This record gives sequence, structure tokens and C-alpha cells, in this order.
Amino acid sequence: MSAPPSLLVEDLAFAYPDGHQALYGVDLRVDRGERVALLGPNGAGKTTLVLHLNGILTGGRGAVTVAGLPVQRAHLPEVRRRVGIVFQDPDDQLFMPTVGEDVAFGPRNLGLPEDEVRARVDAALAQVGMTGAAGRPPHHLSFGQRRRVAVATVLSMHPEVLVLDEPSSNLDPAGRRELAEVLAALPVTLLMVTHDLPYALQLCPRSVVLDGGVVVADGPTRELLTDTDLLARHRLELPYGFDPRTVP
Amino acid sequence: MAAVHGGVLGAAYLAGSSPVHRLPPHLKLVAVLGFALVVVATPVHADWAWAAHGGHLALVLLAAAVAGVGPARLARGLAIEVPFVLFAVLLPFVAQGPRVEVAGLALSESGLVAAGGLLAKATLSVLAAVVLAATTEPRALLAGLERLRLPALLVQILMFMMRYTDVVAGELARMRVARESRGFRGRHLGALRVLGPAAGSLFVRSYERGERVHLAMLSRGYAGRLPGGPAPAVPARAWLAALALPLGAAAVLATGLLLG
Repeated sequence: MSAPPSLLVEDLAFAYPDGHQALYGVDLRVDRGERVALLGPNGAGKTTLVLHLNGILTGGRGAVTVAGLPVQRAHLPEVRRRVGIVFQDPDDQLFMPTVGEDVAFGPRNLGLPEDEVRARVDAALAQVGMTGAAGRPPHHLSFGQRRRVAVATVLSMHPEVLVLDEPSSNLDPAGRRELAEVLAALPVTLLMVTHDLPYALQLCPRSVVLDGGVVVADGPTRELLTDTDLLARHRLELPYGFDPRTVP
Repeated sequence: MAAVHGGVLGAAYLAGSSPVHRLPPHLKLVAVLGFALVVVATPVHADWAWAAHGGHLALVLLAAAVAGVGPARLARGLAIEVPFVLFAVLLPFVAQGPRVEVAGLALSESGLVAAGGLLAKATLSVLAAVVLAATTEPRALLAGLERLRLPALLVQILMFMMRYTDVVAGELARMRVARESRGFRGRHLGALRVLGPAAGSLFVRSYERGERVHLAMLSRGYAGRLPGGPAPAVPARAWLAALALPLGAAAVLATGLLLG
């Protein structure tokens, strides 16, 4: 029997307490090792969906399963270990006084012994090319470095799936490329929420378009990005001069 | 924005590797607190009070010398004492009792003594605190407070304050630049109508950031307490070195009590 999918979302619907309905029955399956981009206009429900993946939001209709484990109150600690979310603003993600303590935050919450914590901190920082930054306070790092450290803070928990919210936003072109190199080399399942369509094409063979609280398209990224009708219907736009057909 | 760079709160710290720098932070906290208690416990009206304070001053200056904290740094640290000085200056004028003539002014004798005592005690305690701040990084101080069993919630609040002071100061600076770029000048009373809402919007932004930080913490398994790192055992020698300051001060006080 093959491994259960990293993420299985079945008929997920959710309305906020103020009555605003954000999701109307989302189905999504992400297999182990896949890299998937989650595209969609503002207000499509992307963030709401992401917050369901680790049980921050619950209580609507439908079910989320992470590598075979249903997202329920009883399993929350394990679910949050398996689903590593990297939020958009690294200043929200990095709340401890130093980089090292921040990367150690998750492993210590898991109750790991201290030498294992230290080994994981070193390994995670090496994976994002930030070895040697452990003693530095986050506000001394550049924005791109903070974004990469934010990725390390969840890598140190050895997640089953890495979920990134707008990973390329506010990065300069070099920072964007460096992050892409880091992400491409990670041996984990990746779900990337983004407006940056070239970035999706570069990193994710498959894309899912969410609009109006439902999945409206799901397929190879290049196919979706060359479907001009689809893009126009869902307020997705390629940057000026970018042609997905001519990109390697 | 240049002032923000490098951290507002880190400014008090002087990097170094003196024996005082290397002491565990919670020992230094205990030492400074103990020293301040002894200084405060020294009776103001005793004849030997000034001799005792002289002894205390010698001790704290010795600690500063060992820590490599120079006189300029100590003097700058004393600035925080200014409100106490203002209060102390008032005392000789308002206190009751027999008066003495000083430069043509009739001043209360007991007021003078009380003011002198207040100033001396405040100065000594602040000097000890300056040595502590100059030799201990802010986050090490927090670790020290945690080891001294300060309630975890208070430690977390202090920690977040430390982490986000610069972030909020950065937001404040950007808002100011944005205002002034559109011709705003905050020099008259009417400016309050602009600055009030700006303060409110800074509060709302910070509040929302707090919510996002909380989400990020929950996502990494936060369950109410911050996991600490390992706490290394403290050798008796370190205790002895740290407690030399309050014990020396206590010895000075005891000598005064016995001989006075």
C-alpha cells in the first residue's frame, strides 16, 4: 500500500462567526513529495483554507486529513508538527529574541531532548543557508534572510508538509532567487500560496486555483498559466512580458 | 530610522568578556537586588551613614572597574535618576523641624539629611543597576528572571516587548515619514488632531500583529508556556563572586551598626 496523501481536504466549508462564508466545499489531495501552488485572487479563501490545515480554524463542514491523521482537537499537537506553516510577515513568525531560540521553539514544544533540539536547529539553518546565524537577533537580518529563517523555524519540526503564505512577497530579485533555490532543494511536500505566477511555474509542477471558496481548476501549472480565459475569469494575471510557453 | 537600527533596548549593553560579563545573569540580578536592599536598610540619621555610603560607593565602583564599565557610561546611566533628584531638592524646603541657614535660605535640617540620604541611596542603587545593564544582554536578563521564578507570563510579556520594540518603532518612524512627506508639521496644538488618530492606528496595527504572532505560535505547538533551553548548573565560585557585592555592602553596614 502506498503512503497516505500528505494532505487530504474533503468537502471543506467554513463561515466566519460574522456570517461571512469563505469556503463552500473544497476538495484537495496533495500526495507525498508533491509541490503544489495554490493560486487565486484576494478574498478567494486561500488563507482560510491554510488555517484549516493545522487546525487553527475548525468547526465547519468537511474534513482535513494530514498523512492519514484527521485534524481534530485530540491530535492538534501532532497535526501542528506535521503541517509547518510559514506566514507572510517574518516579523510575525520570528518572535523569540534570537534566531537559534526561534528555530528551537517548535522542537522544544515537542518535548525533544536538548541535544536533539540543537542538532535540528543546526540542520534547519543549514538547509536554508543560514548557518552561523543562530546567535543573532532577527531584527539584525535582512528581509530575505528573515524569510529564510522563518522557513527554518518550521523545518526544524520535520514537517510532513510545508505550507508557505506568499513566500516571494517583498523580496528583492536576489532574495527571491535564493529562496527558490532553498525551496527547490527541500525534500518535503510543499503547498505554496502565491500571487507570483512565475514563481509558481518555477517551483510547482502542479497548481490549484481557488476562487469564491471552491477549487475551480487543478492541473499542471504550465497548462493553467497558458489558459488565458481561466486566468481572466479569476483575476489572475501574468507579469508584463512573461510567457509561460517560452520558459524552460 | 537610523536610531532604530541595532535595537533600542540593546543600547545599554556593552559587549565584553570581563568576569562580571561571564557571571550567570540570575546571580547578577540577585546581587544587585541584595545590594540595593542593604543600601536602603542603612539608617539615614546615623552619624556613620556617610561613611557607610562611602564604603558602598567604593564597592560598586570596584565592581564597575572589574566589569570594564567606564565613568562616562556610569554617568550616562545616572540620567534615569533625575526625577528623584528633583524630588530630593524639594525636601529641605518643605520638611518641618529646626532650620539651618544655608546661603541665605532657611532650610529644614531633617529635610537636608533626608534629601542627602535619598540621593545617596538612589545613586548607589542606580550605579549597581547600570553595571548590571552594561554587562548583561537584555535576553540574558530575561533568562535570569525566568530562573528566579518570575511568573512565566510576565517573562513572556517582557520578551515580546524586547522583540517588538524595534518593529513598532520602525512602524512609528514610517508613519512619521509618510506624514511629513505630505507636508505635515507637528509643531502646534492643532497637530494633536492628526497625532491622536496616528497613535490609535499604531495601537490597532500592533494589536493585529499580536494576533498574527499568536497564530504563528499556535502553529508551532505553543501551549501556554515558552520552552526554555537547558539551565546549566552554577558553580559555588560564581555564587561567591556575585554575592561579593551585597555581602561586602552588608559587612560595611554591620561595621557601622557595631562601631556606631
